[in-house]
Amino acid sequence: MRLVILDDYDLASEWAAKYIRNRIVQFKPSADRFFTLGLPTGSTPYGCYQKLIEYYRHGDISFKYVKTFNMDEYVGLPRAHPESYHSYMWNNFFKHIDIDPANAHILDGNAQNLEEECQAYEQKIAEAGGIELFVGGIGPDGHIAFNEPGSSLVSRTRVKTLAKDTIVANARFFGNDLSKVPTMALTVGVGTVMDAKEVMILITGAHKAFALYKAIEEGVNHMWTVSAFQQHPRTIFVCDEDATLELRVKTVKYFKGLMHVHNKLVDPVLSIKDQ
Amino acid sequence: MPSNKSVSDAPITQFINCRILRDNELQREDLWVREGRILDPEKLFFDEQGYADKRVDCGGSIIAPGFIDVQINGGYGIDFSQASEDVSDGVSFVAKKILEHGVTSFCPTLVTSPPEVYHKVLPQVKVHDGGPHGAGVLGFHLEGPFISAEKKGAHPEKYLRTFKSGGLEHLMEVYGSLDDVAIVTLAPELPGSQSVVRELSQRGITVSLGHSAADLSQAEEAVQQGASFITHLFNAMLPFHHRDPGIVGLLTSDRIPAGRVVYYGMIADGIHTNPAALRIAHRAHPSGLVLVTDAITAMGLPPGRHTLGQQVIEIQGLHAYVAGTKTLSGSIATMDMCVRHFKQVSGCSVQEALEAASLHPAQLLGISPKKGKLDYGSDADLVLLDEGLNVKATYISGEEETGPPVPLYMIDMSGF
Repeated sequence: MRLVILDDYDLASEWAAKYIRNRIVQFKPSADRFFTLGLPTGSTPYGCYQKLIEYYRHGDISFKYVKTFNMDEYVGLPRAHPESYHSYMWNNFFKHIDIDPANAHILDGNAQNLEEECQAYEQKIAEAGGIELFVGGIGPDGHIAFNEPGSSLVSRTRVKTLAKDTIVANARFFGNDLSKVPTMALTVGVGTVMDAKEVMILITGAHKAFALYKAIEEGVNHMWTVSAFQQHPRTIFVCDEDATLELRVKTVKYFKGLMHVHNKLVDPVLSIKDQ
Repeated sequence: MPSNKSVSDAPITQFINCRILRDNELQREDLWVREGRILDPEKLFFDEQGYADKRVDCGGSIIAPGFIDVQINGGYGIDFSQASEDVSDGVSFVAKKILEHGVTSFCPTLVTSPPEVYHKVLPQVKVHDGGPHGAGVLGFHLEGPFISAEKKGAHPEKYLRTFKSGGLEHLMEVYGSLDDVAIVTLAPELPGSQSVVRELSQRGITVSLGHSAADLSQAEEAVQQGASFITHLFNAMLPFHHRDPGIVGLLTSDRIPAGRVVYYGMIADGIHTNPAALRIAHRAHPSGLVLVTDAITAMGLPPGRHTLGQQVIEIQGLHAYVAGTKTLSGSIATMDMCVRHFKQVSGCSVQEALEAASLHPAQLLGISPKKGKLDYGSDADLVLLDEGLNVKATYISGEEETGPPVPLYMIDMSGF
């Protein structure tokens, strides 16, 4: 894996956004060859989305030939609800860029048949040629997407019941009223994300530090599902200092020492204006 | 594929680079319009996988709901109270011109007149939507003749009336028809008025108190019977007195029925009301303030003598007097001037100034959120303003009764 450590949240968000930008620009997507991007929601990737919007506004990147697949969505929450992941993606990303609405895929938590919806989603990913780069986050309980502790590490897109930790963590978005937080969600499986050509996990903040430690310094374990990516050929973890607080000094020193290598991935930062 | 044919293939316009008045604040958001209504872009994106056909760059302008003028007697040489054969043409002419002031809907106002005038004029103008032809007509505002002789202002005394027995029937005899009437101004101290207030309110007509010497309890009684507006607060009524505030006291009365708001018109032209008085009213009851122009025939015309109702008036600078007197006979301010003046002297926010000319009149007439708001589904009557609240462009859309939906029609003020 690559462990990229930046000083703070803003720098980590920027590094991640530059990486995504370079990958898309280098790929040279076109009408015959779309760039498929897996996307997360939540407070962690917010800064990264802001940077990507900025790059789009300056004309350095276009999402015209990008297909996106979000990781998850709540079950039973009206799509127009301000806390649905559809709302999050519209307000924080889609409405600011030039993506074709037909290419922005999010699981429908209000589908008549949830299982069919999940299978159809896997189908859509396959038809798009698989995911080129899957961007994700990590929960305080070490989950990727809504693959809660105990999820199969080869799981596919399916309905999951949320763990107590997750519900508590999400309560702040529902007026701190636990009864208002959805209890089920549709989520891509660990296996679904493992199928991507490349995976980038964003982890910021001290409250994620223990989960990061479990994910990369202990073994592969279905109780900390992000640990599955130890077995992926191309994973990048992008974090801030605070997220490394539970790691061994040796680990942090080693990867900080590699920053000059990591930075070659984002410097120079590429633009479609130069193509 | 901007629009999904199974939902609608009408063109979609996206206003970008603007600040819109929504949820009582100026938000940096794009505004989307389709078929004359404000569109929800998130639904468009996810349900229809649609996007904009046309983008309008607003250059940082403010977009507010189109202004609504509920008291305007004419303008540009047209006097709505003149009994003529082509009243409808006159109203249309003014309707077109006031688009330049950001007004997208209005109530043509008739001052106290003899029955012949009402019988002739009222049937000629129907309530109708705005469009490329001009601002929409929301219905007449009949100011008089059931008003106080003591507080007649510029209204001709010989045509004033009281309610004979059988209040509403008598009113119907005078007016002829109430079909296209939105507001009636009357004096609640006139005997027999209370039942008239009640019956008019029940018919959905807004009853306004004005040109009256009523005391506070008479005014409160009228509000309980359904009255909901005060015609040009302070003007043509008893002045505020600390032991009997009169009609002005309605602004802070505790005898207003629960859930109801008393609105009050203010002519913020710098002449009809001293800025300090405007501030007192605004601070006492900010959510009821409705900006009106009370514009007369001479609005838009050069200085000199002109006709209003059955009288002659004289323009001197920004003042309009009953000829030969110092009685104000109405204003020649435009609505956008009133908005700017109100903001300047009250120190209110941009959002409050704009709401006083759009949201509040719409609420008064019970036509919100269709008008007066930029909510999803609201009519797309828009005014684009610069930082100083000068009108840059007015957009109006609507449906012709017999034709296809009218596309968004823009009046560009960049030449002004």
